[in-house]
Amino acid sequence: MKVLIVGAGLAGLRTAESLRGAGFAGEITIVGEEPHFPYNRPPLSKDALANGLTIADLEFKRRESIADVRWIFNDSALSTNYAERSVLLESGRLESFDILVAATGIRPRVLNVPGAEKSKFSLRNFTEAQELRTSMLGAEKLVIVGAGFIGCEIAATARKLGINVAVVAADPEPMFRPLGAEFGRAMRERHEAEGVKFHMDAKIAGYLGGDSATGVSLESGEEILGDLVVEAIGSLPNTEWLAGGELDLQDGVLVDSSMRATAPSDLSVYAVGDVARYAFDLFDSTPRRIEHWNLPTETGRRAGKSIAHFLTTGEVLVEPVNFVPSFWSDQYEDNVQSFGIPGIADSINVVDGELAGDCVVEYLRDGKVVGVVGVNTSAKLAPYRKRFQEIN
Amino acid sequence: MKVHVDMEKCQHYGQCVFEADDVFSLGDDGKLVYKADVDDSRRSDVESAVDVCPMQAITVE
Ligand SMILES: Cc1cc2nc3c(=O)[nH]c(=O)nc-3n(C[C@H](O)[C@H](O)[C@H](O)COP(=O)(O)OP(=O)(O)OC[C@H]3O[C@@H](n4cnc5c(N)ncnc54)[C@H](O)[C@@H]3O)c2cc1C
Ligand code: SF4
Repeated sequence: MKVLIVGAGLAGLRTAESLRGAGFAGEITIVGEEPHFPYNRPPLSKDALANGLTIADLEFKRRESIADVRWIFNDSALSTNYAERSVLLESGRLESFDILVAATGIRPRVLNVPGAEKSKFSLRNFTEAQELRTSMLGAEKLVIVGAGFIGCEIAATARKLGINVAVVAADPEPMFRPLGAEFGRAMRERHEAEGVKFHMDAKIAGYLGGDSATGVSLESGEEILGDLVVEAIGSLPNTEWLAGGELDLQDGVLVDSSMRATAPSDLSVYAVGDVARYAFDLFDSTPRRIEHWNLPTETGRRAGKSIAHFLTTGEVLVEPVNFVPSFWSDQYEDNVQSFGIPGIADSINVVDGELAGDCVVEYLRDGKVVGVVGVNTSAKLAPYRKRFQEIN
Repeated sequence: MKVHVDMEKCQHYGQCVFEADDVFSLGDDGKLVYKADVDDSRRSDVESAVDVCPMQAITVE
């Protein structure tokens, strides 16, 4: 029996650990595009960008139980042959599988406007973080396209390093989609107090500069110029290598509560981490692909357990998805922490403090709490998080 | 079993608390407090806490 895991990130690592934890004794092979063992990505926009951490600082500890896993680095999956049950790698190598696990995560989306071919910075992996850090240190002004978490964290880190920052984004407020307009406005004001200049509701007409982009022009005619441009406008799931079968790959890989691809039913394909889309049963039955750090661990654990169960009993493990999505974000001295899915709420309720300072904010949909977000209030959030387990 | 948290790394997010609230807790000041000597029967939950710590600050011996 051979489990082939494609993607050597956190989700792939947790799947392997969970397989061994559940007693699977067969072969496990993990293929990763990067030259590294799985490492922690969140510091890439925070500490590692500010202070230049090494890969050794970021690598996850690997449990003794997975010492016999076969790792293939610097190679990536190109295509999948479902009939033969094999995956073709870029090196030309063919890897067979009995069970295939997609753990390939996401890549940054690219804005398709005139000048898009100019070189820009993005931030998803260690190499990109090193490149961005090196160039940032020699820069006076950074233009960041996109005002999501990553864009805002890079802005905060750059300000810490004394670099001027302009953020240009199409949304009305920073972090608008995950946290809504009111919270977003409060976060924008925190950034503005630190000297970040925002251009929101911006319609970008194109990138400016020579071979390297040095700014953007807006449809209004305004030009925002700096020394370098960072693009952080969201992500695309890495699923191209899974095409040609019957999987639903509309936005990541659609999977059931055991993390098994919902079609075709006879095939043993699973997906975990940022690339997986599934229903969060504590909230509703709409499948969602959520890119929060705790979910690679939750989905990897679930997949390992379901695969082991399936291989020993021939039956699919049916268990509701009881994961509570959770993320944090550090911007300046502020620590934002969220539980649940605040992005689906229709109203908010500040239950402690005020939006401009330390606070706890509940997010409601049809009067039901679907998320809670705190700023510098970690110690107060536990009772709010526990309530999600009681919602349905 | 011995539990150690690198307080240089810990950012007091309290994710560990949800895995093993008898071992980890956040004080009123928001700072992490934890037990360094923990019964072996708690190993599985403590290892879960190691997994979910965003700063990877927890070690177990
Ligand atoms: C800069 C940054 C900051 C973040 N900050 C936070 C935060 O503060 N809080 C939070 O909750 N979350 C944060 N996240 C999100 C969090 O890191 C992700 O949710 C998590 O890394 C997802 O893990 P994963 O294993 O699913 O995917 P990844 O960690 O992306 O791993 C996927 C791996 O698969 C490889 N791969 C891709 N395609 C192929 C292929 N075809 N063949 C072989 N290998 C392939 C990739 O190179 C990569 O190594 C941040 C992410 C980034 C990039
Ligand atoms: S999860 Fe990690 S960072 Fe958070 S309080 Fe626990 S030890 Fe500290």
